[in-house]
Amino acid sequence: MGAPVSVEIAHLRKTYGSLVAVDDVSFSVAEGEIFGLLGPNGAGKTTTAECAIGLRAPDAGTIRLLGLDPRADRAEVHEIVGVQLQASALPDRLRVGEILRMYESFYRQPADVSELIEVLGLAGKLRDFYRSLSGGQRQRLSIALALIGGPKIAVLDEMTAGLDPQARRDTWELIEGVRDRGVTIILVTHFMEEAERLCDRVALIDSGRVAALGTPAGLAAQARGGKSVRFLPSASFDDRLLTGRPEVTAVGHEGQHVVVTGTGELVNVVILTLASAGVTARDVQLDSSSLEDAFVKLTGRHLKDLDSEGATL
Amino acid sequence: MNSLAPSLPRPARPRRARSRPALPLPGTARGAAFRQIVLNEARLAWRRPVALIAGVLLPVLLLVIFGELPAFHQALPQLGGLTLFDAYVPVLIVFSLAMLALLGLPIPLVSYRELGVLRRLSTTPVPPSWLLAAQGIIQLGAAMAALLVIFAAAVAAFGTPAPASPGGLVLSIAASIAGLFPIGLLIAALARTANGASVIGRLAFFPLMFFAGLWLPRAMMPALLQDISNYTPLGAAVQAIQDSILQGFPPAAPLLVLAGYAVVFGFLARRFFRWE
Repeated sequence: MGAPVSVEIAHLRKTYGSLVAVDDVSFSVAEGEIFGLLGPNGAGKTTTAECAIGLRAPDAGTIRLLGLDPRADRAEVHEIVGVQLQASALPDRLRVGEILRMYESFYRQPADVSELIEVLGLAGKLRDFYRSLSGGQRQRLSIALALIGGPKIAVLDEMTAGLDPQARRDTWELIEGVRDRGVTIILVTHFMEEAERLCDRVALIDSGRVAALGTPAGLAAQARGGKSVRFLPSASFDDRLLTGRPEVTAVGHEGQHVVVTGTGELVNVVILTLASAGVTARDVQLDSSSLEDAFVKLTGRHLKDLDSEGATL
Repeated sequence: MNSLAPSLPRPARPRRARSRPALPLPGTARGAAFRQIVLNEARLAWRRPVALIAGVLLPVLLLVIFGELPAFHQALPQLGGLTLFDAYVPVLIVFSLAMLALLGLPIPLVSYRELGVLRRLSTTPVPPSWLLAAQGIIQLGAAMAALLVIFAAAVAAFGTPAPASPGGLVLSIAASIAGLFPIGLLIAALARTANGASVIGRLAFFPLMFFAGLWLPRAMMPALLQDISNYTPLGAAVQAIQDSILQGFPPAAPLLVLAGYAVVFGFLARRFFRWE
């Protein structure tokens, strides 16, 4: 956890009329981290991502991308943040090369385009019209456009939707390569395998809230069972305070309560760590089911989503 | 200008350039980005030339057909001694401007919103309004090409007199463009789909072209229809352009009508236009 913070989202809230799409989402992402927003459809992942990139104005909460506010500092943010949106097409009668050249010209320091198209398997497609591309090729072009500006942060929404397994694995490798250059990546996905394979940490989003946050392995360990401490903090604190401890595998929120899962002398670790930050834990309970329940519930719904998607492909 | 062919050397930028704020594109790079957008818009207009055919080729074709008909070259007392051909030259000019403004401009913009192109652009350093500006340039360029061909053909081949007031003609055409393009932008603001924009555009185009005198020259209209025509955008445009060609500097009334449309529809388009 030594890397500086790249993305910081605190108490984000976004409503559409009476519908609360995002209800108090907080997390922070370190530089060079691949961070997953995982959850069922309609959980608020996409809205969270759209607020993060400044496409939507949050009703409450703060968002910082490398210290910049996505709406107030929009010009600078657009230069350093690459975005791939869901369901975003391009004109049918433009060629791939024409599209790439145009988007490349938008940025001060574009990426190495020939390398990008090579890795994304678009090198032989430069003269093809957009309308003649397959769904997977369109998706890869969309990823190329998100990365063409040489971003420091990339936000990718359902990046591998519609890709065949081989293209999916190639894309994962590309994303790892991009991260190795220090790019922070936020991945919106409802695809468990993708999150496990790629993400350093995952926030499970359910009904507009962060149901759990931790490493994929940690979350999986929780699902198999583990110690869990539930308490009411005397003041709000940064989750990373606890996730930085080796005994802690994940930190989640249930209303005002915080749920910490992990191993070893978990209760002592939590209380001592919080005390060192001037926070006291009240109403402490040893609890071994709630987070696990949330996880099973989320994965269960996710697997159903995946099945229905598989049926339509 | 960026090129795909040579592999760009990886920029030796610092991995952690957090303290250095990204500056907006410098002037020359902004120009290059805008040129790329205009270039691609021109390619799209050329590859699906519906607007070019309807807005440039069709009025030129009509002009040639009218010019070849002997009946169109007889001076008619109902037209105050004008020939039908002379009466149709300004109508066909306005036909071209209206087609490009009411259909050529809004349809691509609405389809970009429908496809998510405007949304995607709004995540890049280039604002989606540049696409609107590029479309305006393309349609304006097509209109200028159509106007030049129509004038050249009318004067050189079919004996239309050279404009009595060239300055008045330029002003009248500028006022017509200023009055018509915001109407197209309002259509782009109101339509949700490209098909919808095409339907609204045509629903506006044909009645307005009636008042411009496409089926019955304005001079032959009953007084009531003429009065209405004076206050329609295309009627006012025809009036100003015709006066500039045949009589001299146009009167203020049609220019003010066009300016009124520019202001009102410009305001409404700005008020209702949505980028997503």
